[in-house]
Parts: sequence; C-alpha cells; structure tokens
Amino acid sequence: MAMRTGAGPSTGSGRGNSATDPDDIIGKAYDPRVMGRLLEYLKPYRKQVAFAFVVMIVRAVSGLAGPTIIRLAIDEGMAKGNTALLGQMVVAYLLASGLNWVTNFTQIYTMAWVGQTLIYTFRTRLFEHLQKLTLSFYDHYEVGRIISRVIGDVGVMQEFVTWAVVGVFSDIFVLVGIIVAMLSLNVPLSLLTFTVLPLMVIVTAIWRRRARETYRQVRRKIAAVNANLNENITGVRVVQSFSREGVNAAYFDRLNREHLDANMDAARLSSLFFPAIDIIGSLATALVVGFGGVAVLEGGLTAGVLVAMVLYVDRFFDPIRDLTQRYNTLQATMASGERIIELLDTEPDILEAPDAIELPPIVGHVKVDHVTFGYSDGVNVLHDINLDVPAGQTVAFVGETGAGKSSLVALLSRFYEVKKGAITIDGYDIRKVKRESLRRQMGVVLQATFLFSGTIKDNIRYGRLTATDEEVTRAAQTVGAHEFIATLAKGYDTPVGEGGVTLSVGQRQLVSFARALLADPRILILDEATSSIDTHTEQIIQRALERLLKGRTAFVIAHRLSTITKADQIVVVSDGRIAERGSHQQLLARQGMYYDLYTMSFRREQREKALAELAEGREGVGSRG
Amino acid sequence: MKIADSQARRLLATMARYKKQVFITYFCLFVTIGLNLLVPWLIKLVIDQGLSRGDRALMVNIGLLILGLALVRGVFGFGLRYLTEWLAQRVAYDLRNELYDKIQRISFAFHDKAHTGDLMSRATSDVEQVQRFIGNGLLDLTNIFVLLVASLIIMLSADVRLTLLTLTPIPVLVLVTIRFGMNQRVLSKRVQEQMGKLSTTLQENSTGVRVVKAFAREDHENAKFNAENREYLQRRLAVVRSWASTFPFMNFIIAGSTAILLGLGGQAVMRGEISVGTLVAFNSYIVMLALPVQRLGFLVNMLSNAGASGERLYEILDEPSKVQEKPDALTLESVQGLVRFEDVTFAYGERPVLRHVSFTARPNEVIALMGPTGSGKSTIIALIPRFYDVKQAGRVTVDGHDIRDVTLASLRRQIGIVLQETFLFSATIRANIAYGHRTAPLDDVIAAAQAARAHDFIMALPDGYETRIGERGVTLSGGQRQRLAIARALLLNPRILILDDSLSNVDTETEYLIQQALSTLMQGRTTFVIAQRLITLKSADQILVLDHGAIVQRGTHEQLLAEGGLYRRIYDLQLRDQEETARYQPAALASPEPSTLSLSKGVEGQVGD
Ligand SMILES: Nc1ncnc2c1ncn2[C@@H]1O[C@H](COP(=O)(O)OP(=O)(O)OP(=O)(O)O)[C@@H](O)[C@H]1O
Ligand SMILES: Nc1ncnc2c1ncn2[C@@H]1O[C@H](COP(=O)(O)OP(=O)(O)OP(=O)(O)O)[C@@H](O)[C@H]1O
Ligand SMILES: [Mg+2]
Ligand SMILES: [Mg+2]
Repeated sequence: MAMRTGAGPSTGSGRGNSATDPDDIIGKAYDPRVMGRLLEYLKPYRKQVAFAFVVMIVRAVSGLAGPTIIRLAIDEGMAKGNTALLGQMVVAYLLASGLNWVTNFTQIYTMAWVGQTLIYTFRTRLFEHLQKLTLSFYDHYEVGRIISRVIGDVGVMQEFVTWAVVGVFSDIFVLVGIIVAMLSLNVPLSLLTFTVLPLMVIVTAIWRRRARETYRQVRRKIAAVNANLNENITGVRVVQSFSREGVNAAYFDRLNREHLDANMDAARLSSLFFPAIDIIGSLATALVVGFGGVAVLEGGLTAGVLVAMVLYVDRFFDPIRDLTQRYNTLQATMASGERIIELLDTEPDILEAPDAIELPPIVGHVKVDHVTFGYSDGVNVLHDINLDVPAGQTVAFVGETGAGKSSLVALLSRFYEVKKGAITIDGYDIRKVKRESLRRQMGVVLQATFLFSGTIKDNIRYGRLTATDEEVTRAAQTVGAHEFIATLAKGYDTPVGEGGVTLSVGQRQLVSFARALLADPRILILDEATSSIDTHTEQIIQRALERLLKGRTAFVIAHRLSTITKADQIVVVSDGRIAERGSHQQLLARQGMYYDLYTMSFRREQREKALAELAEGREGVGSRG
Repeated sequence: MKIADSQARRLLATMARYKKQVFITYFCLFVTIGLNLLVPWLIKLVIDQGLSRGDRALMVNIGLLILGLALVRGVFGFGLRYLTEWLAQRVAYDLRNELYDKIQRISFAFHDKAHTGDLMSRATSDVEQVQRFIGNGLLDLTNIFVLLVASLIIMLSADVRLTLLTLTPIPVLVLVTIRFGMNQRVLSKRVQEQMGKLSTTLQENSTGVRVVKAFAREDHENAKFNAENREYLQRRLAVVRSWASTFPFMNFIIAGSTAILLGLGGQAVMRGEISVGTLVAFNSYIVMLALPVQRLGFLVNMLSNAGASGERLYEILDEPSKVQEKPDALTLESVQGLVRFEDVTFAYGERPVLRHVSFTARPNEVIALMGPTGSGKSTIIALIPRFYDVKQAGRVTVDGHDIRDVTLASLRRQIGIVLQETFLFSATIRANIAYGHRTAPLDDVIAAAQAARAHDFIMALPDGYETRIGERGVTLSGGQRQRLAIARALLLNPRILILDDSLSNVDTETEYLIQQALSTLMQGRTTFVIAQRLITLKSADQILVLDHGAIVQRGTHEQLLAEGGLYRRIYDLQLRDQEETARYQPAALASPEPSTLSLSKGVEGQVGD
C-alpha cells in the first residue's frame, strides 16, 4: 500500500522554491516529537489498545500452556497409566487452543480495526487540512506530492499501527519469557549464551545506520518515479503530439533503474544482515552444544536441560529478528509521519480573522483602495490599484497578456492576500469577513476551465448544490449550452471524463459558465469566460447577461473587445497599473491605448517597422496570394 | 491453492525471462533448507552418541560443525535473499516500464476514459502488491511445500496409522485455506479498486482546487472524500475480518491434530505400541507443520492480493490501442504538406461528430477552421496526427499517403501542434519550449520564443529561460502559457503547423505581432488555424466554416463575406464595428498601403461591401 508518489523534478535541474524539500529531511531513527504526535492520534483508541494488550497476554499464556500440558500428559498420564488424566489433558489442551484461537482473533481484529480507523482518520484530517490551504500553497506543491502524502505516507503508518504497536510488546514479552525460562534452567549456560549479544548489538547498530541512508534513498527515488509518471499521464496528449514517447520512456527507465539500484543497495544490506544474525545465533547454539555437552559429561547438567536450552536458544533469536523488522517499520513510520506532520503543520497563509463576521447579503459595491500585490516578495504584479465600482455596474478589464487582470480579480475573492491597501465590499473589508460567506456571494468563471469527472448535471450543480433539475436546465439554457447537451444521448447525465475531456473546449466553458450563474451570485467574475466560444453563442449569452446582470456587479475580462463595449466602465490594465478608464465611447474619443487596441491601429506602426526592416535588406518576407 | 489462476500464472511467466537467476535462487533455497534439516539431526547425534558414549571430541566437533554449517548457510542465505529481492524488484521494474510505455503510447480514446489517479494507483500500489508476492511469497511457498512434504514423509515412515489419524483435521484446513483464498481475492480487488477511486478523488480535488475555492465548496469536497475514504475503510475491514477469522482458526485446527495425537497416541503409548520418543517426535513434526500453515495464511493473502493486482495491471497492459500501426507501415520522409480529407465521417462513440468532410490543404496554404462550439474543429485537426482513427468512412492523406499506412512517429514528426488546452510541464521554460527537440541550442529556443512573442516576458522573469514554472504552468498568466505552447510547436519547424484556438487568451496586439511573425514562419508550410476571432482567420487562403460536423461554407474572407450566411453574420457581430471605427476615425490609418508589401492581408480596404 505504500505508494510514495511525490516530488522530484522531472527534468533534472533544481527546484525553484528555496524552501527545504520535505522529501530530503532524513527520517530520524526515533523522533519523540513525531511519535508523540502520532500517539496523540492513537489516544481515542487507548481503550481498544489496552484491550488488545490484555488479550495479547492471555494469548501468549494460552500458547505457552500447550507444552506444559503435553509434558503433564506424558509424565503424569502415560507414564503412570492414568487414562482419565490423559483424557483431561486432551480436553485441557483443546480448551487452551480454543482460548488461543479466540484471543488471537480478538487481538488481530482489534488492532487491525484500530489501524484502519486511524488511517481513515488521518486521511480525513489531512484532506480537511488541505481544503484550508490557500492557492499560493497549491501553486508550488505538486499534485503528485499531495497524493504521495495522503495515500502513500498514511498507508505506511497503517502497517505500524496494525502490526507493530502491539507486536513490539508481544516480541518483548516472548523475549523476556525465554530469558526467564533459560535462566531458571541453567544460569551459567544462559550467561554463556548471552555473551554473543554484544556482537549482535554491534551488527544491528551498523545495519541500522546504513539502512537508514539506503531507505531514504529508496524513498526519494520512488518519489521521482511517481512524479514523472503522474505528470506524463496528465500531459499525455502533449507527449504524443510531440512524439516524445521514446525519449520519455528512456528517461523514465533511468529513474526506474535508479530506484531499482537503490532498492538493491537496501537488499544487499538486509541480505547481509539477516544471515549474520543467523550465524550469531548458530554461534550461540554451538557454544551451548560444546560447553553444555561437556558439562553433561562432567555431570553438571542433565541431558533434558541441554536439549531444552538448545531449543530455547533457537527461539531466542526469533523475537530479536522480529524486533529488527519492526524497527524497519518504525523507521518508515517516522519518516512518513514527519512528512505528514509537516503538511498538517503548514498554516494557511490567509487566515480567517478570529473575529471574522458573516458577510450579510450584499448589494455589491466594490472598492479597491490603493492595492499593491505580488505573488512573491519583491516582485509586484499590481501597483497601487484604485477602483470604485458602484453596485450593479459592469466593469471590463482589458490589456495585454500578463498585465495582471486575472491577478486583480483573484484578489476580489481573496484567493491571495493584498500586500498593501484594502478591498471592501459594501464597506466591509474582505479580510474581516468569513471567507465562505464572501465566496458564496460571488460567481467566478476562471480563465482555466476545470470540470470534475461527473456528469454535466453534477458539474453545473456544483455552483449551488441544492438546485433542482429545472434550475440546472435553466442555467444551461441561459448560456446557450442546453442545445448541445440536448443532442447528447444521455443529456444532462452524460459523464464528461476527467477534466471534461469528452467535451469540446468551448462546451466546457459553457458548462463552467452555467455553473457560475447557477450560484446566483451578487458579484459575477468572468475571466475570459467566452474566449473559446463562438460569436453566435456568445450573443445569446450577452443578451441573457443584460437581463441577468441587472442589480448585480460584474467584472469581465475579455480579449475579444466586441464583447465588452457595453460595459459601464472599461479599465485598461497595463503592466500592473490602470492606464485608462471610462466608457467605450469615452475611451475611443480619447484615442489612447484602448482606441489602439480596438481599432488595431498598432498594425500600422508594426507595418512601418517591417517596411524599414525590409529596406535594410533583411531576409525577404515575400507576399502570398 | 489458487495458483491455477491465469493472472498469477502470467506474473510467474514474467520471471521466465530470468531463468538463470531463478535457477540459482532455487538452488540457494534447497541448500539452505537442507542445511536447516541437518541441524536437528546433529543435535540428535549429540544426544544419542556424544552424551551416551561420553565422546568429548565429538561434542566439540559437532559444535564447530554447527558453526561451520552456519557460515555456509549464511553464504547461501545471502544469495537467496539477495536474488529473491532482485527478482522481485526486477519484475516490478519491468512492470513499471511496461505500464509507462503502454500509457504513453495508447491512443487518446483510452485516456478519454481513464483517470489519472486510478492509473497512478495501479502503477504504484498494484505493482507493489505483485512485487511483495514475488519477493516473499513465491519462495516461501516452495519452502513450505518442501517442509510439508518432508515432515509428511518422515511421519509416514514412522507410523502410518497414527499419521493418518493425526492428520484427519488437515482436509478441513485445506478447505478453509482455499475458501479464504477465494474470498480474499474478491475482497482485495475491491480494496484496490477503491484505492483507485480514493486517489482519483484526491487528484481531482487538488487539480481543481481553484474551482473548489471559488465556490467555497470545501465542505462538499470533504464530504465527497470522506465518503470514498469510509468506503475504503469498510472494504479494508472486510479483508481484515476475513483474515482475522481464518488465520487463528487454522492454528486451532493444528491444535486439534495435537489433541488427537495426545489422546490416541497416549493410549498407544500406554498399550506399549509406540515409544514416548515417537510421540514427542510426532508432536515436533506437527509443530513443524503448524509454522508453514500459519505462513500459508499470509501467503494466500499475498497471492490473492497479487492476483487481484495482476488483474488490474493486465487490464491496462492488454488494452489494445485504438490506433494501431500497420506491421508494414512506411516511414514518412520529409513531406510537402499536402493534407487531404476525403469524405471523412467520424464519431467518438455513436453520434457522428464529423459528416462527409472533404477538403485539400496545399503546401504553403493557411487553412482556417471556424464554426460554433462543438462543431468539430478540434476533431478535424485531431485526425491529422492520427490521435483517433477514422473508422466510419473516408480517409485522411498526407502527401498522398493514407495516414494509416505510415508510422505514427514519422507522421507526427511532420506536425507541430498547439493543442486547444495548454499543458506545460513543471520544468524550466527552456525545457518546455525545447520539449519536442531536446537538443535545440538556446539560440533556436530564443528565436522560437521571439516569434511567439514570449521572449520579453521570459526575460522579465527572475531566472529568464531557466525559470521553473509551476505544475501545468499555474504560475503564468493564461496568455503567457499559450505563447509558450506556440513557441514549443514552432521550435519543431514542422511541415504542418496546427494552431487550435491558440490565441484565444492573447490580446489583439500581441496576437497581431504573433501573426506577423507567423506569416514569415508559415512560408513553405501548411498551416491550420482555428479561432473564434475573425481577425485571426481572415487572411487565410481557405476558410472552412463548420456547423454540426459538416462544412457549410468555404472560401476566402472576401468570398465568404459576399456569400452571406454564417460567416457574414459573425463578421457583422464581431468585426465590422471595429473595422469601421478604424476606417472612419480620421486619425487612424491615414497612410495608404504600399501595395507591393502585404505582410498579411491587411485590415483595411478589403471589406467586401
Ligand atoms: N500563481 C502565480 N504565481 C506567480 N506568478 C504569477 C501567478 N499567476 C500569475 N503570475 C504572474 O503575474 C503576472 C500577471 O498575471 P495575470 O494572470 O494576472 O495576467 P493577465 O492579465 O490575466 O494575463 P492574461 O491575459 O494572459 O490572462 C504575470 O507576469 C504572471 O506570470
Ligand atoms: N474525446 C471525446 N470523446 C467524445 N466526444 C467528444 C470528444 N471530444 C469532443 N467530443 C464531442 O465532439 C463534438 C466536437 O468537438 P470538438 O472538440 O471537435 O469541437 P470544436 O469545434 O473544437 O469546439 P470548440 O470551439 O468548443 O473547441 C462535441 O460535441 C464534443 O462534445
Ligand atoms: Mg488572465
Ligand atoms: Mg476545439
């Protein structure tokens, strides 16, 4: 289940952000802080764990009772010809075994239940936490890495909880039991056996240190493999368009092989370690046989005790080997736990004010007051923006690409936090209201359309979960999507595929438009909402909007200028600043930037420049047609 | 046991490639088992011979022998572990490579239905299940089998009747194991499937986070995830229940054997039919049987998981690609760029999306496609690089070759395509532009970026061409992304250039500049342009107007304007006012065009009315 998808640049060079890559943090052998946090999650289940513990002891005792019962059956029953006792012993044996069966079942089921439930809780917590994080987090945290945390790392812990938590104690219990049994049989021979223990400790210590390094290497390599896989599945259409399958396969093979090599390093280590433990164990056996045998001959020991000692030595190393394996699990858990906790501790960088109020139903008077904004420190994308939009107005943003239009509208929904200045709606500073109450009153059509892989109906209804089928249909009709949906065999119940792939791009835009309208927002934000939609359909939308937008505030970004000429206010954004503003007529009359954009008069300058270049005898351009 | 199972068998067959390693592994295995069986015998020797005869030297020698054997066993043990792990990792490696290759090459039709999260979960979690089985399961299985047979033989040779009586509960054990295996198989598959769904939900949520936030749907998403997560919990618990109820029960059955031995054997001892020694030995053998049987529980579990996972892997690996290369496919050498559609009818599913589309695009020409949303423009251009196959009727040819007769790579090498949906990789800007031509020198990359009008904004970024962009290009504006995608296609210097709505997020001025650059670059190649803005299209040599999958009008801008119809209506809505404003405002475009130089078919003076 350990699926460690994750980071790792797909094209070699270093990662952009300077923050330490959490994948690089070495999982500490034992980090009490991490363990403390993990145990905290175990707390609600302490009753179950305690129960499993008790059951474990009963199980161990019932297991240990078997040999004693057999011994009694032989020594007291058979040897003395006591048939009744033999019968009793058989019954006792069956009872003990029955008890062992029941307790074993109970222990396994209880711990597995705790383990699974804990995993469930962990995943849910992580997911809920992820929902709280802001876009600036998602800008730099790859999807593959998120999956790696929530699926892979959490999966690792499952093993720990299910098998290790009680298992460790069970092993220790058995180990102590064997030691006691040995000591009670023969002290000198036991001590002799224990002389190999220091050797054992040294070997284990060496292995532990080396194992940590190789283990970490394996984790990093698999993360790179999975990140590459994830990205190339998502971008498979580009891969095939550029016939990169071969190159990619070679690159993937390299990553995959590095992972293989890392694994083989780890394998070499453990292949050395376990036989080494075996040899040490045999050394102990040899010591017991040699010295013990001699002792028997000298009369200091009975044969039975020697046999028993040999058997115990054999068993002695089982729990030790087991514990070493558990140590492995523990280490994996530490590393994963650390990564999970790191994610859980990532604070959303936009926090809701503790005294945030519920934004009451708004009329939609939006004020942007001296706002400066940048995605990172240093570089600002918007500079000192001022805007006053009375309720019910439609404002259009136009301007060259990368001017900051999308950034500006993103601030209105408080996807990012302004650096300076303030944005108010109906006089409420948006930093002082509950985010949910703010966004509920806004409908946004994003520049990059995204649909979920449900049906068309599900997708439109995302705008308002309680909407009836009629309302969904009406929203689709408003944006002129109903027509195409009706021609589909399953109509509104047609599944759209991942990201909406089975719809044309324009159709996806229409659906996401309908989704925003269904939300019945007071403020509507349309970021290139119709860029891929044909003019005819757009006309339908325009006419519908004229009616719909009455009494609502709207922000529209468009490059096709014919769609925004009727806006109350047109704002020309250039290089993060507002260059011009006014109505269509006013701006045309001004003959500034907007005029140039609208009339495409830049063509003339361009042509003159090209002419000049030609005159200089640069490479001929030639004319076609 | 359920080895007689096609998926498991196929998994085993993958190991056939490594016959030598498998052979050595098994050799190591048998040596270690043999040595293991030797040690109890040595101990018996110590008791029977050394102790009873008082042979000191023998005792010390045996002590040394045990140590010596341990060393030998250590060497083989190392070989065994290492090779086993090698085989397991190697098979996982092969499977991962095969999956990757398959996923990369299989046609778009597959990806239209697949979910990234689910594919990921197959390539990780399922591969891991298989790897675990091969790593631990297979050898253990052999180990157990050998132990089982060995102890049976020893027991039978000692006392047939007692053996048979003692082992009466064993058939129950076998039955339980088989039932458990079958159960587990179904349950594991359900778990793995749910894991795929869980990953998919998570993946979609993260990819669509902007929409989630925009609609403040965090609670809804939590509920959605929670539902999948809970279902996963339920399914896992079902596995655990079946496992917990079977495994301890197996132990109990073994204990039943011991009890029978104790009761019947004890009476036999009392009757003097067998010795206590035999009874004790029998007990040891039963205990020896118990251990593998316990492991058997684990193994059956592992085998079931591997079987279920194998099934999911082969589901992908066996999926035939809808677009197949012919075995005798030609390699398309450098082409002229003559693209013909001959009466093409096409459907993704049942509903035809293109109907009887025919046209010819000649080298040097610019072909513009326009028409309402969903009219089939992107579908037409998806047929040229053969992303989908024309199955229904008609054919597509490039330079006279039916594209189904040439190799995919040689066909696609001729085509530079800017898909309607921009996808960038989380790499540097330079690596993104050079995606189709990795070794391109920086100068070429810059030239392509300049033509796509991306150079200026790239230089304004902190690290210029070495700036890493976020996943899918999220840290760039919409227009910046599109321009990188254009530069990426231009760098290929393709004979056929396809721009699917590639300028929709670019302002008119930038668009104009790009068009200028393109009109130079378009020389000598066939270019397809799709756009909603007429301004992008009007200078094309041929404009095809689509509606509901059929070409309803074709001709040049002037011809179509004169003809009236759909094109004319759209012109009236979109462009006329803009052009007229430009014409009647005295300040604009006062100077007449030099007729010898027409970079594009200019704006003014061409309106046909
Ligand atoms: N998430 C982000 N992280 C960092 N920088 C960003 C991010 N989004 C945008 N930018 C940068 O901010 C600037 C403004 O981008 P924005 O998306 O606001 O432009 P725009 O006006 O909407 O352009 P377009 O018309 O192309 O959509 C650009 O230079 C862009 O590279
Ligand atoms: N992968 C697909 N599977 C099934 N149906 C599809 C798929 N892609 C597109 N379609 C359907 O085929 C029709 C034509 O789609 P196409 O993408 O060719 O339209 P388009 O003309 O490019 O539209 P747009 O201008 O919106 O991009 C649409 O009705 C669409 O729903
Ligand atoms: Mg934008
Ligand atoms: Mg399209």
